[in-house]
Amino acid sequence: MMSWLLILLPLLGALVVIASPARLARHLALATSLLVLGVSIAAALVFTGWGNGAYGLTAALDWLPQAGIVIQVGADSVAFILVLLTTMLMPLAILGSYTAVQVRQKEYYGWLLALLSAMLGVFLARDLILFYVCFEFTLVPMFFIIAIWGGANRGKACVKFLIYTFTGSLITLAAFLMLAWSYADAHSGVWTFAIEPLTSHAAGLAASDQAWLLLALLIGFGVKVPLFPVHTWLPLAHTEAPTAGSVLLAGVLLKLGTYGLYRFALPMCPDAVVTWAPVIAILSIVGILYGALICWVQTDVKKLVAYSSVSHLGFCVLGLFALNPMGLEGSVLYMVNHGLSTGALFFLIGMMYERYHTRDMRQISGLARVMPVWATFMVFFVLASVGLPGLNGFVSEFLCLIAAFTAGDGGAYPGVLGPWFAAFAALGMILAAMYLLIMVGKIVFGPVQTPAHGHDDNDLPVDLSVREIVVLIPLAAGCIILGVQPGIIIDSTATSIADTLAVYPPIIEQASTHVGATLDAMVMGGAP
Amino acid sequence: MNIVELLIPELILLAGSVACAIVGVSTRRSMRDALPAVAIAALGAAIAWTLCCGDTLAEAAPMPALSKWVTVVGCGLGMLLVLLNAGTADRDYEAAVAAGRTKFDPLRTTRGEFYVFMLLSIGGLLLAAKARDLIWLFLALELTSLPTYVMVAMSRREQRAQEASMKYFFLGAMSAAMFLYGFALLYGATGTVELAAMHEVFTAQQGDVGMIALVGMLLAILGIAFKLAAVPMHLYAADVYEGAASSVTAFLGFVPKAAGAIAVMGLLWTMGMHADGWLLPPMVEVMLWVMAVLTMTLGNVAALLQSSAKRMLGWSSVAHSGYILIGVIAGPDHGGWAAVLVYLLGYGLSNTGAFAALAALRRGGNEVESLEDLSGLAERHRGAAWTLAISSGSLLGFPPLLGFWGKLLLFIAGVSSGHIVLVVIAGLNSAISAAYYLKLVALPLMGASTARSREVEPLSVQWPRIAGLIAAAAVILLPIGLPAIAACAAAVLVN
Repeated sequence: MMSWLLILLPLLGALVVIASPARLARHLALATSLLVLGVSIAAALVFTGWGNGAYGLTAALDWLPQAGIVIQVGADSVAFILVLLTTMLMPLAILGSYTAVQVRQKEYYGWLLALLSAMLGVFLARDLILFYVCFEFTLVPMFFIIAIWGGANRGKACVKFLIYTFTGSLITLAAFLMLAWSYADAHSGVWTFAIEPLTSHAAGLAASDQAWLLLALLIGFGVKVPLFPVHTWLPLAHTEAPTAGSVLLAGVLLKLGTYGLYRFALPMCPDAVVTWAPVIAILSIVGILYGALICWVQTDVKKLVAYSSVSHLGFCVLGLFALNPMGLEGSVLYMVNHGLSTGALFFLIGMMYERYHTRDMRQISGLARVMPVWATFMVFFVLASVGLPGLNGFVSEFLCLIAAFTAGDGGAYPGVLGPWFAAFAALGMILAAMYLLIMVGKIVFGPVQTPAHGHDDNDLPVDLSVREIVVLIPLAAGCIILGVQPGIIIDSTATSIADTLAVYPPIIEQASTHVGATLDAMVMGGAP
Repeated sequence: MNIVELLIPELILLAGSVACAIVGVSTRRSMRDALPAVAIAALGAAIAWTLCCGDTLAEAAPMPALSKWVTVVGCGLGMLLVLLNAGTADRDYEAAVAAGRTKFDPLRTTRGEFYVFMLLSIGGLLLAAKARDLIWLFLALELTSLPTYVMVAMSRREQRAQEASMKYFFLGAMSAAMFLYGFALLYGATGTVELAAMHEVFTAQQGDVGMIALVGMLLAILGIAFKLAAVPMHLYAADVYEGAASSVTAFLGFVPKAAGAIAVMGLLWTMGMHADGWLLPPMVEVMLWVMAVLTMTLGNVAALLQSSAKRMLGWSSVAHSGYILIGVIAGPDHGGWAAVLVYLLGYGLSNTGAFAALAALRRGGNEVESLEDLSGLAERHRGAAWTLAISSGSLLGFPPLLGFWGKLLLFIAGVSSGHIVLVVIAGLNSAISAAYYLKLVALPLMGASTARSREVEPLSVQWPRIAGLIAAAAVILLPIGLPAIAACAAAVLVN
């Protein structure tokens, strides 16, 4: 019941917003998103899945029973953490758009709420059809948000965004259909799209079949993450999107990809994952380094943060494919942390842009003297993003790296990566510190320099307004809490993660005795 | 069984068309303006009769419940198409009469005939679903097509429309000859024209169908492919769809296509339905497979290259025939035909919506055709822009719109009947089609207005606009009732 409420309430809110007068749109949208946040917190209190691997808040609805389509909702602890992240970010995104969006407000807030509905649908789906419908539907609001309220190059950005992700998820849909058919074939023609039976069925398929499945899933989710080399839509979309769009893209939509990998790729094709994990890990390391190097030479701060997402999400995927509990825990934590800190960075850049209408580091510097409050938050979130111990980013990044490091032959938990993977990925951490601190050094410190037209928005104070501070405070609080007490997420998801990983140790043991030696030789050494 | 009772919906449409013919020559303008209402009333009466007392139709055709579905869907969409076409025929002439520039002359008006032809064509579609023998099927298909040839010519006073009409007519006549020849061979091979008896003959041959029958079937399918606008009989499509007025193009995109799909299914039923399940002779299956792949690929690639929105939609409707063929190949056993029926509904609505958006607009007295005309449309004509966007999204198969569910059911049917490669090709085609459907979404909603697109103004008649909005609303809302719709479509095939 609560799951339905979470999915349908924002949709209803969207309709109300569209139907009401334009001047009320933003308030109604904010109220709706706060209501959804309230429902999700209430749901979190009654949620039975914390600390165990079970699904909570489940419900089902017969949709097209003759084709096996039964819409099922529910969440395990990992999914629910992401639900909470989503419901928390949305009111902030709406509040953060109060002054930035001046035209066609009703549509804008309507689309944001529709997006909320679709994102929650993805995390709450327990069947592939609902998952796919919501996964795909997230594109539509984001497409319009970029296309109508985006920057100068929005036309190209939104089309590229949609074509990349649509094509990717079509391939995923094909994989889903193939899987469902193979299930029906093995179960005398009974079709189902429920995730659990299909997962256990897929895990029993031949390794070669699993490899195809993995490839198809990787294409779909890899575009979304985005993994190198299918990341090229992201910087453009991020840069051109309005602030709230960038925040939600970074905060939630990219997580749809990593969540998809966690929910489908890992449990469905363990044999193939064990074989191909090193390759995927190399792709994510290439993404980490490549993204970081591009950040280094950026002059557009928004683009810099966008490329930093490519780099950061690489760690997240690396953690997933370390295939040990530490890696997965780090990765899940990373999804939340990246949502908080990168989301906040996009907010801050948006606030700067609203005031100075430039994002060019060469035109602007020394803002610490002009906007001290803004500068404080900027430094804080950059440090969180860089991975300063004590703040959230550090824990997850460290977990992912350690996980990759120990995921070799000698580790406590069998894995197929090794110290070399961690070593190269760790370079990304250093680069991240460099490019983010360079950015801070340029725009926050140094001599005061603002564009010739100066601060030209009369509605906004020189420094942050109360509204803007209210937007940033929850994110900052989240960064500190998760920095000091990452256990609240790690402990509550540990069992789900352990269940997901349960199939791996025997497969890895077997693989390492058979082909381990050759594989290690092929892929950069493995264990020293 | 009483054949008259079986044909009551068609007879209602016939009565309606006679009424239209009479009302159309009335000297009172208000009477003539009521023509769409008369036609819609006739279609509504046909639906009402079918829903209330249509159960007597049982035992008639190979798929008895099919005619009920086709009557309801065909007439329902027919109502929408009539609404869309209100004001298409004789628009200038009526305007001249109204302005007093000329006197009304019953011999010059063609307005009434236009509705007569629409009703007759829809009647042909209904008859095709009831066909019990080859002669009936032939007559039904021709009844569907013949009025459309004239409608194309009447739809606008331009040489292009006359040219399109001629092209359509000659190629249509050739295709009719082709499938008639195929029917003759089928008759020669089986000694009967009745579909049920043919089915018995083929069943007795136990899959070992003779060469003559095979060639007959292939020719028949090729001929009917013209109605579907499937490769290799698609050549007329782009030109004819472009030459006709947009409102008529919407009609061409649905009615003959639906009739063709139903006819192909009826014919294949005789040869493929065995006691132990659905199995087509390999040659027929291969031909359909190749046709499906070529049709969707060519349709989508060609649509991608167009600069005219109308031509683009024309090619896209060719591509959709390719998708439909997937379901036809999958057969009744794996939900393929049920999927075809659902798909036809979704496609029909989306296609009608898309063309309605074009038909509702004018630029300097001419049709809106090029993509550039649509740039920034939402700034001035929000309804048309959104209709076009939603319809294109549905044609693309974007969840949760109706088109997506039709495509999903088709793909499921294709996969479960073992045609995985075909479904993969269809998936790739959907990806290709995203590129051009996106233009139809993006340009109107967020393109910048140009000097050219600022000249676009709404049509004086509001009905096409309303038809488009209804279609777009249906595309959004019908998925809520999808379980019931899919159950009805599946029930059609239970003998």
